[in-house]
Amino acid sequence: MAISKSLDVNGRTVSIDIDDPDMPLLYALRDNLALHGPRFGCGLGQCGACTVHVDGVAMRSCIVPLSAVAPGQKIVTLEGLGTPEKPHPVQAAFIAEQAAQCGYCINGMVMESAAFLARTKGPSEADIKAALANNLCRCGTHAAILRAVKRAAAA
Amino acid sequence: MTMQDTIPRAALSRRALLKGTGALVVGFHLAGPLGQALAQAGSAAAKPVTLDQVDTFLSIDGRGLVTIYSGKVDLGTGVQSALAQMIADELDVPDARVTVIQGDTALTPDQGPTYGSLSLQNGGVQIRQAAATARDALLTEAAKRLGVAKADLAVVDGAIGPRAGGPTVTYAELIGGRRFDLKLDPAAPTKKPADYKLVGRAMARRDVPDKILGRFTYMQDFRVPGMLHGRVVHPPALGARLEAVDEGSIKGIPGIVQVVRQGNFLGVVASNEWAAIRGARDLKTTWSKSETLPDQARLWEHVRATKVVKDDVTSNVGDAAAAMRGEGRKLAASYDFAIHTHGSIGPSCAIAEFKDGKLTSWSASQATHNLRKQLAQMLAMPQEAVHCLYVEGSGCYGRNGHEDAAADAALLARAVGRPVRVQWSRADEHGWDPKGPPTLIDLRANLDSSGGVAAWESEFFIPQGAAGNVALVAADLAGLPNATAIAPGGIHQNSAIPYKFPNVRTVCHRLETTPFKPSWIRTPGRMQNTYANECFLDELAAAAGIDPLEYRLKYLDPADTRGIEVLDRLAKLARWEKRPSPQKAGNGAVLKGRGITYCKYELVRTYVGAVAEVEVERATGVIRVTRFYVVHDCGQIINPDGVKAQIEGNVFQTVSRTLKEELTFDRGMVTSLDWGSYPILTFPEIPELVMELIDRPAEKPWGAGEPTAAVVPSAISNAVFDATGVRLRSVPYTPAKVKAALQSA
Repeated sequence: MAISKSLDVNGRTVSIDIDDPDMPLLYALRDNLALHGPRFGCGLGQCGACTVHVDGVAMRSCIVPLSAVAPGQKIVTLEGLGTPEKPHPVQAAFIAEQAAQCGYCINGMVMESAAFLARTKGPSEADIKAALANNLCRCGTHAAILRAVKRAAAA
Repeated sequence: MTMQDTIPRAALSRRALLKGTGALVVGFHLAGPLGQALAQAGSAAAKPVTLDQVDTFLSIDGRGLVTIYSGKVDLGTGVQSALAQMIADELDVPDARVTVIQGDTALTPDQGPTYGSLSLQNGGVQIRQAAATARDALLTEAAKRLGVAKADLAVVDGAIGPRAGGPTVTYAELIGGRRFDLKLDPAAPTKKPADYKLVGRAMARRDVPDKILGRFTYMQDFRVPGMLHGRVVHPPALGARLEAVDEGSIKGIPGIVQVVRQGNFLGVVASNEWAAIRGARDLKTTWSKSETLPDQARLWEHVRATKVVKDDVTSNVGDAAAAMRGEGRKLAASYDFAIHTHGSIGPSCAIAEFKDGKLTSWSASQATHNLRKQLAQMLAMPQEAVHCLYVEGSGCYGRNGHEDAAADAALLARAVGRPVRVQWSRADEHGWDPKGPPTLIDLRANLDSSGGVAAWESEFFIPQGAAGNVALVAADLAGLPNATAIAPGGIHQNSAIPYKFPNVRTVCHRLETTPFKPSWIRTPGRMQNTYANECFLDELAAAAGIDPLEYRLKYLDPADTRGIEVLDRLAKLARWEKRPSPQKAGNGAVLKGRGITYCKYELVRTYVGAVAEVEVERATGVIRVTRFYVVHDCGQIINPDGVKAQIEGNVFQTVSRTLKEELTFDRGMVTSLDWGSYPILTFPEIPELVMELIDRPAEKPWGAGEPTAAVVPSAISNAVFDATGVRLRSVPYTPAKVKAALQSA
């Protein structure tokens, strides 16, 4: 039987109908709410493509069951981080550095970096690399991503 | 952010285009200001897709917006932006006025699959010739209209007028919305290098902002109305037969629509994605036991023992066998290169819809025209009844699982009579995409008394076949018609060498089979073969006690000045210190070294030289590539930022493949089914990259998507040898292997 679940996503409270209270958050965002930012990459929390912010913390939405999302917890996806008119500084830096090839991993790179920079001022290059150590990129965009995060850190 | 603000980019929305051709035909009926003799009235007939027509490749609408139709697709490399840049320049219209339609079998020509670093070199150049033909015809017509000699006309932003000033006529006025009906003229004059305004300039990619703002629609995001979600249940072992399915085992999952079985092909279709995932996960099945794979611990014995169906002699100079028997110092070595998976971050995904006896297939296939033939074959449908559309997906780096997902979706959609989206799981992708085959190479040489190469012989043990259609997993499982030959790509390339030795024989022993269905993964064959050749050459230089750069220069064809310039510039860029390898190893815990390598891609195009600097941790065997230098000559550069991104991608991806990657398997199936068991390079492991591009505006544009990857494994091996005196001959250079090699040295 469908159950109703209330979520706070990108500043809006939305209600979705689900069959399984343990469905991962990722599918609620992508399939129920038609968001494109968080992506399915592994379903195992290994690659980072599905990263979203939950109360400002970068989390792997593919392994967060909806039952673990408490009422009122604020979920932000790549779409909610910034807009074309007013991109988040990390997004602006990624665009300026052209830090995407296929771009499939970039959601995770931006979301992880934004959460990292929010709690870390003036990071070293090694700090940035460590912060992104569990975000995988296959195209080899690492150098451009690093440049972008450095740029955002300096902004 | 910079150039797209004022001019509308697309005559039609991408979404409308993706929904099929219906919307697009309207484009040819647009009643813009009508031209005269040049264009005939647009008709409802299908747009041509044959390679000899200008209309195949481009159209200009009533507002002067240019649409180009490319058979080559953007696999996330930025080639769409580069194509637009090329054509905008050739036509003298603003870049933002150009839209690119890619990989739609109803609209775009078959320019071959998007592989082999050929998108600009072949595909782009072909469209550029169509644009040059169009431009020339428009100038001829404008000359008549304006009463000005053609030679005195110039084009500014799509408006033709006298150079000296005066009335102009626009492309839109001349042709807007109608056909050129012109044969592509191979001799139509293209711009002179000095006249390019956009080509050669760094330009921002058009897709990047949307990708970073979460507004891009990947194949994995694409949806069609009425669509269901499908998942395939792959066998637990290659060749296993499906003996029983207990459909009742998932009856309790809300949303399950149908379990689809055809032979050993099994899928679950559901009304929502999570139900499909749960259904595929929980469905109780019984499969026969199947053990078709060799023992991984004895893989190279297996490869060596595989039946050879033919020998391809890829070069034969002098009499290598006789020269090998002559006096001198004999060296021999064997190199091997592991089986690799494509490792797309987004697993393959496709949607299929049957309507009125016709199939529409949306996928991220790098070869929609070939996919169309394959789907038609599998489903016993006429090709005309199959329409394949490309939707950009996660990067594929070759023929991964995108086509297989398309076949899965087609079978499921046919069975349920609704559109079905199939999204592969991580394990599907790692387990069932075709693999880069294991490669084994034996090399021998005879050095004369001065350390010169008197003879070079090499044998490559590689599967038979070439580029072609890779068999579809679903067709195999369902027992439906399928491609029968294996298609690993042109993996014989770069088995021959760019060095002028007096006696050379290089031969590829083409093996009847290889343990996993092969396909091409970035730089197929060229990477493995260059690795063995460039490492072994380094062995010879070391044996001769000669600096490895000097050794290479000594044997390059003096007439091949571009190759020599690449190496000369590389020596300066990397501050190459002239001395033989290995250096005198210290006793420290960390040993440092540098290695050089060189490749002329397929011996006919892009030149790359590279130097790797490494640190080897003696106690653990961990290799760190600290810095990597590249000098690159791909002729005319369209977008230097694009070339740099490609070089970066080649280096990082191949450092990953070289140091870390190896498919693992038991006797039945792949066991490296996730990122834990098939690790790839992470941020803390990336080298600093220093590169220099050589731009040659007067030369042909050559590919940049693969060549740099060819030089990475050998550069690292040569650097490790320089650091430690130990030669690594087995990719990947994992810490365990390196440690063992150091201890046995």
